[in-house]
Amino acid sequence: MPDTITINGTDHTLPSDPRVSLLDFLRHDLGLSGTKKGCDHGQCGACTVIVNGMRINSCLTLAALHDGDDVTTIEGLGTPENPSALQAAFVEHDGYQCGYCTPGQICSATAMLDEIKAGFASDASESLDGEMEASADEIRERMSGNLCRCGAYANIVAAIRDVASQGETA
Amino acid sequence: MRPFDLQRPDSLEHARNLSTGETATLIAGGTNLLDLMKLQVEVPERVVAIDRLGMNEIQATEDGGLRIGALVTNTATANDARIRSDYPVLARAILAGATQQLRNRATTGGNLCQRTRCYYFTNIDQPCNKREPGSGCGAIEGIARLHGVLGTSSSCIATYPGDMAVAMSALDATVEIVSADGSERSVPVRDFHLLPGDTPWRDNVLETGEIITAVTLPALVEGKQLYRKVRERSSYAFALVSVAAIIAMEGDTIARADLAFGGLAHKPWYDPRLSDLLVGKAPDAALFDSAADLLLENAQGYGENDFKIPLARRTLAAVLAEATETEL
Repeated sequence: MPDTITINGTDHTLPSDPRVSLLDFLRHDLGLSGTKKGCDHGQCGACTVIVNGMRINSCLTLAALHDGDDVTTIEGLGTPENPSALQAAFVEHDGYQCGYCTPGQICSATAMLDEIKAGFASDASESLDGEMEASADEIRERMSGNLCRCGAYANIVAAIRDVASQGETA
Repeated sequence: MRPFDLQRPDSLEHARNLSTGETATLIAGGTNLLDLMKLQVEVPERVVAIDRLGMNEIQATEDGGLRIGALVTNTATANDARIRSDYPVLARAILAGATQQLRNRATTGGNLCQRTRCYYFTNIDQPCNKREPGSGCGAIEGIARLHGVLGTSSSCIATYPGDMAVAMSALDATVEIVSADGSERSVPVRDFHLLPGDTPWRDNVLETGEIITAVTLPALVEGKQLYRKVRERSSYAFALVSVAAIIAMEGDTIARADLAFGGLAHKPWYDPRLSDLLVGKAPDAALFDSAADLLLENAQGYGENDFKIPLARRTLAAVLAEATETEL
């Protein structure tokens, strides 16, 4: 069984203890502390990362089951000097207060804009077919897995809409 | 989380051999199991990962239906072009559940097997006959807002929490199961989940060592398909009441009425008498009222969830009115 995982373009050896979540592996073993632990039960979305192009809760998956997978965390999306479009938009629109949920929000939104482009429907979509719009209602529904206890939702939606209207996802 | 051995077979045959024994638990997407393992509600000694077994395709069946592999994710099912066009009630039900992050991991088989969100079941300091047989039920005289009003027992009033299976019940889908010795059986979704009775620890008919391999949808059915979910907030909340409906009209009368309900019972609730009552009749408010009377004739509230009885009545009427284009 191969036991490596690619994280932000770098290969790493997976942990031997099967109990280690992907979240704990990122934070404790690799020191990639951008990904946050909020509830540790899949309810808050602070731990959201992108695995093989799909956003998931890294707290609810075992690292050992991700050999061969390609993971992108907030550290892989951009840097302070060269932020992604969404990172820049969150700064521009004040899409946070304390910032704890922000890495999860931005990873989630990055994948979410790709899902809209790919035509994924949501519970807010009028029709299951055709082009999907990044309307405020769609963004609120599609981002419902990311909580912000500071309540910066209005600015988070504004930041995401800004990037969606630019037609950029990263 | 308690220590466990993790095994990852690469064939269904190997998985069948490993999954025998009371102490083994299967993991697919893991979003429910790992949550419960962290809470020590589930304490398996062996976890058998079945994520490398294939079973991840949606295929056409010979009789015009679709076979959804057990490991197809909720996201893949909801976005499949055939599901969207022919089984929109299923796509809508899935999209009404959980979050995109969870649906990206959640699998068809795992979703069927997800466990109740009863607060007493998920808290190991509380009594719960489902988690610890004989310890009692904290919900019956306790906090019971999410709990059942149909088919409950003096042992357990928990609800099945999912949306996907409610739509599958309305569609009369079938669960395909393989046992440890390789023999196969099919169980209608309508019979897959169990009522609590005096064995509330049994959520469904799966025996030790059995693995779900697929869910098969029957050939496309005529009619309007609707899924309406009533919940505490507009997204990412379990159903208080949900209704999956497939309703066809013939002239001014109802020709088909397949209805299943979530949030009301220990299983997706399907009552064949509703179809018998509705079919052949012209839709109006009085008819919808009679349907609700029949659905809820044995309903019992437990204080905090009493509201579910009138809520189910109104939700049923609203869905029937929309499907039959009737003014209420």
